[in-house]
Order: sequence, then C-alpha cells, then structure tokens
Amino acid sequence: MSGGVDSSVVAGMLHRAGHRVVGLTMQLWNQRRLPELTPSTGPTGRCCSLDDVYDARFVAQQLGIPYYVINFEDRFEEQVVKPFVEEYLAGRTPIPCTLCNNFIKFDQFLEMAAGVGAETIATGHYARIGQDEETGRHQLRTSVDRAKDQTYFLFGLKQEQLAHTQFPLGGFTKPQVRELARELGLPVAEKPDSQEICFVPNGDYAAFIDGYFREQGIGPNETQGEIVDSDGQVLGEHAGVHHFTVGQRRGLRIAAREPLYVISTEPASQRVIVGSNDDLLRARMTVKEVNWISIEPIAAPVRAHVRIRNKHQPAPAVISPTADPARVDVHFDEPQRAVTPGQGAVFYSGELVLGGGWIE
Amino acid sequence: MPRFYFDHNATTPVSPAVLEVLVPALLEVYGNASSIHQHGQIAKQKLEIARRQVAESLGADAKDLVFVSGGTEADNLAILGTVRASRAAKKHVVTTAIEHPAVLNPCRQLEREGVDVSYIRVGSDGVVDPAEIRRALRPETMFISVMHANNELGTVQPVKEIAAIAQEAGALFHSDGVQAAGKIPVDVKALGVDLYSISGHKLYSPKGIGALYVKHGTSLGPIQFGGRHERERRPGTENVPGAVALGQAAALAAEDLAEESLRLAALRNRLEAGILDRLPECGVNGRRTARTPNTTNIFFDGLEGEAMVISLDLKGFAVSSGSACSSGAVEPSHVLLAIGLPRERARASLRFSLGHSNTEEQVDALIDAVAESAAHLRKLSPTYTASV
Repeated sequence: MSGGVDSSVVAGMLHRAGHRVVGLTMQLWNQRRLPELTPSTGPTGRCCSLDDVYDARFVAQQLGIPYYVINFEDRFEEQVVKPFVEEYLAGRTPIPCTLCNNFIKFDQFLEMAAGVGAETIATGHYARIGQDEETGRHQLRTSVDRAKDQTYFLFGLKQEQLAHTQFPLGGFTKPQVRELARELGLPVAEKPDSQEICFVPNGDYAAFIDGYFREQGIGPNETQGEIVDSDGQVLGEHAGVHHFTVGQRRGLRIAAREPLYVISTEPASQRVIVGSNDDLLRARMTVKEVNWISIEPIAAPVRAHVRIRNKHQPAPAVISPTADPARVDVHFDEPQRAVTPGQGAVFYSGELVLGGGWIE
Repeated sequence: MPRFYFDHNATTPVSPAVLEVLVPALLEVYGNASSIHQHGQIAKQKLEIARRQVAESLGADAKDLVFVSGGTEADNLAILGTVRASRAAKKHVVTTAIEHPAVLNPCRQLEREGVDVSYIRVGSDGVVDPAEIRRALRPETMFISVMHANNELGTVQPVKEIAAIAQEAGALFHSDGVQAAGKIPVDVKALGVDLYSISGHKLYSPKGIGALYVKHGTSLGPIQFGGRHERERRPGTENVPGAVALGQAAALAAEDLAEESLRLAALRNRLEAGILDRLPECGVNGRRTARTPNTTNIFFDGLEGEAMVISLDLKGFAVSSGSACSSGAVEPSHVLLAIGLPRERARASLRFSLGHSNTEEQVDALIDAVAESAAHLRKLSPTYTASV
C-alpha cells in the first residue's frame, strides 16, 4: 500500500470480497537523504514520505485490517538505486521501476509476504494475470485502461511469481477505480496520481545522480567530458554522461545549423556523441536477459509488436532466437527512433505480453 | 483471537491497583497544586505523598525528586540542565553507545553547542567496561551518563563502579534508570548517582509522567521556561493524577519486586530454553547473567526480525525488533550494532520483555508460535537455504 488511490482500492476490494487482508507498505528510501533536492515545501508526495504512510495507515485503519510498514531501505539501495546510478554511468538509461519489480516487489517483498503467512500478494498495478487453459501457463495481459497499462515494467515476472500475485485493477479504467474508491469511502479517493520514479524528486534523475555522487564524495571533475560528432570532432563539453539519454536534444548547448540529438554516450571516454535526427533511426537491436512470460521460449522467429519505451507505440517486428537462449535479435519492419540501451524491450501479441528483456 | 503481550520494555498497561488511585485523582483532585485555596492544598498534598512514595522506592529524599513528563524529559533535563548550567570554558561529556536516544540525542545537541562528547564502545556482552569510562576521562570531563539497565538486552551496567569513577574525577554522574526501576532494586544513595531518570509507563502507571532524582546540591537549571514549579526546575502545572499513579506504581513495584522478579526470571528462562531447544541457529544476544529478569534478546540467523514480528503479531503475540523510525518501519537496533553484531544478525533479532500479565501457558504458546513462524520463514528464505 503506497498510500495512493490504486493500492488503497485493491485493499478495499479484497477486504470487501471477504479475504483476510494484511496491508504492507515498503519503506524504500530515506526522505532525509539528499535534502538539497527536496522542494522547500518539504518531502511530501514522494515515495515513502510520511504523508503517504499516514494515508496508507488511515486506509488500513478504516478498513480494519492489520497494517505494517516494512523496512526495505538497504535492499532498495543495493538492488535499485546503485544499479540505477551504475547503469547511467555505463552509458545506458535504466528503468528503476522494473528493477524494483524484479528484485524487490515480486522477489523479496513477495517472499516476506509469504513468510508472514500470505498466500498471495495483490498490488495496484494496471495489468491482468490469466492462465492458459491447456498448458496451465500463467499469462500477462495489458490492462483494460490502455493509457494506464504498466506491463512495460513487468516483463521480468516469472511463472512462480505470477502464481502468487493478483492485479485486481487490470480490468478497470482509472476513472472506474476512483469511483470505486469513493464508493468504498476511502479518504484517498481524490488524491492525485504519483509520478513515475518514486525516489527521484521532480523526475530530475540527473540532479538525483549528482546529489548521490556528492553524498559518495565523487566530484564533478570525475564525470565531465566532451560532446563530439560521429567523426570525433569536439563540439562542446558536458558535466557527466548521466545528464544525457539517447534521442535527447535539450541541454547540449551547441549552436548548429540543424538540430543535434544525442546518438549515444561512451562511458569509457566520458564522451557524448551527437548527430542528426536520422542518425537516431535503428531497424535492429539485440535484447538480453530475455524472460518469456505468456509463451515458452521461442525456437524459431516470431512476429510481435515490440515496445522500447513506456510511452512508445509497440512497433511490428520479427524476433529471432540466437545461440544464447537469453538473447534475441529484433528486426523492426520500420526503423525506430532512439533505441536506447538499458531500456526494456517488451514483446506483445495483441494484449498478450509474450515476454521482454533489456536493450543491449 | 486472544492477544498476548510480550513487549513490556516498550510500555506496560496501567495496573488495576494503579487505576484504583488514578481515577479518583482525576475526578476529585483537580485543583492546581500551586493554588492557595483548599482545592490547591489537597492537590499539593497528594503530589507530595506521591513524591515521598517515589522517593522511598528509589532510596532518595523526597525533596530531591522532580516530576517530569516521562523518561525522555528526565534524561533531557538531567543532561542539558546540568551541562548548560556549567560556566566552564571547556566541557567534556562521557556516555555510551548503547544509551537510549533520549540520552544520545541530547548529547548530540550538546555537541552542536560546542561540547565534546565521547561515546564509549561496548563489548558483545552488552556491558560497559568501567575501565573504558576511566580511559575516556579528560581534565574537563564534567558529566557522565550511563544507563542502569539496557532496554534491548536487559543487561545491568556497573553503575556503582562508574559513579565512583565520576566522583573521583569531579564529574556529575547520571544514570537512565527507566528500564531498571521496578525490575531490579534501586537505591540512588547506595549507587552514588547524582541524577537518575525513571518513567511511569514502564512500571504500570500511565504515559505522561516520570521523575528525575537530582541529588541535593547538584547545579541544575530548567530547560523549559515558565512558572516556578518543582523548585524552579520544571515549569508547568503539576500532573497530580500522573504523580499519584506513579507513586502508587513505584510503591507496589518495590513491594512486589522480590517475588515478581523471581517469577519473571523463571518465565524468561523457560522462554529462552524453549526457543533455544526447539530452533537451530539462534542464541541470546549479550550477557545472560545480571540482566533485568523480564528481558531476553534472541537472534535467529537467516531470518528477518521484522517478518517474525509481523508473523507473530498476526498470531496474536506482541514482541519487538529494533526501533521504529518515523514511518513506523523497523531499523536495526543501534544497541545490537553497538555491541558488534553484524547488520544481518541485528536485523534477525527479537526482543521479548515479560510482565505482570504473562503466564507459563502464554510462554509455552509463544514458544510454539516462534518455532512455527521461524520454520515457515526459513523454509522460504533463500539466504538460509543457501547457508545450510
């Protein structure tokens, strides 16, 4: 329970349906860290803020269910924050929500829930879990509310995890969920939606990484580098590769005849390579650490729609197995703009989530 | 579902015998103890009877006792009230790493005010070595604070020896007795302390009342400012019903101490033996001798203490693990970390603290519940499976 409307409705629905419900909130991040990033209005409306815990506890008390805040700060630091920072430094653009889902929520959190006696965990994710009637395989489908769909962040889910997870909101639209919240009389029914990266204030992850470096004693002179074009000609300087992601135009501060975009970042030399919009188009990519959800691992090429960013319209492509069973080659029918290493690639067949992995 | 309470070091319920004096005090003794009229005089009289009761339970003179709002205020007043009152140019304070935050945080505040503070490390037995205190002394050392009994481990500290060291060094000596009063005999004169804190709600009286013993002649100024109550040491209209309850609770605790401490020690030992016999890879944190009779702290390697607390709570047993941060999440106990436990083991530890209500049947039921929860959690834990 995050203290938001979605997980509160989940708790209320399951309680009303007669289940024995225990509310859990994960304390993931210490709000007192990196105070310089916190707006002057105080650390509210961010993950693990005291206001959110207050709301979650209020909902649990109103429903009359046991409620606990569990401390996952150490694990979140190890499994999400550090890899998030390291991925940026390695020239990739990571997705902390997926790391959190893979290594915290559906792993250690699920384990703790089972440990205290829960049969299943239920979360407020917008996605649907089903089962293949013939094979018994657990399947993942997009949510009814396409705009709210969160399957892009859930591609790491394993069969065993799906067997012990419920997403009760997958069949509802957000307005319906708010209506349910009002009907259940929940005090958070009108609470605004939260932002995507919970521990990064205002979504400014470059500022977060700068702050994290200051905390670890890493100075700016250790991260700065050159901005170059594809011929290696130096066009300018930058404060750190973590300020840039593939396809980015803002923040380069270079005067040029045609608009320049980040094509890639080279962590070894701390260089940012820029070029024209056309240089961003890619027809092929390799995807690693592939997890197949709704189907068995593929033995032959399959056609699917592939999403390479959360807000990307899945594009038709052929997915081919490689000698390495955890890697696939993806060949898009049409070249795609800003294929970004470190982001997820999720494979869809209609509303069915076939699987996904990390763009190499 | 029946609920059994094994967290008496966190707080205790108000006992029926305390309630018996508390309710009439709330209903009838409503006068302001500083008022001249009869209402005030009756309140003042009740307040002073209570003061004598508390004083007697601590072996103190009644006029040396200041009523405060609880253990935290007693500790703050003892530390800030004396150190700030000193006009010395250089001030040095010695305390230990296993103190309660109500001692540690006023000391950190003193550091911000320019005072040097030494935090003495403590060994794995959970007992402060007086030689370490002596080693930390400087010519400008003017205040030493060492708790009487530790809240997490129950270990009783060599307060008398340290008091002698303090006296020799010309430093004031404070002891936080919040976890000792009512559990072990306390005689402030025999111990030789200058200041001693107690809290009402740890000995079956309500929250919101406590007392600080201030030895006659100790220079102590107020840390809050207002009226001239409590000999100008603690302003604010006296909490007479609270004091009446604390007086009764202290008197009852002193009366029952010998018998109740034997009963609790037997139950505590039964609990320890039951858990250690039934479960592999667990043990007692800190020294097992010279502890408060009601407390044990047990580690369960490979488990999350937090998960154990939740699991046991859902079965109806209240125990504790670490300390709650502001959100209510559990942080590993600073005491366990200070005595050298690795973070993993500190997180895997539970504190059981017994009290009046606990019986043999409850202890046996708790042993079963702990064994069941631990077995279930270990079955699921990859860290444990990997280690065997």
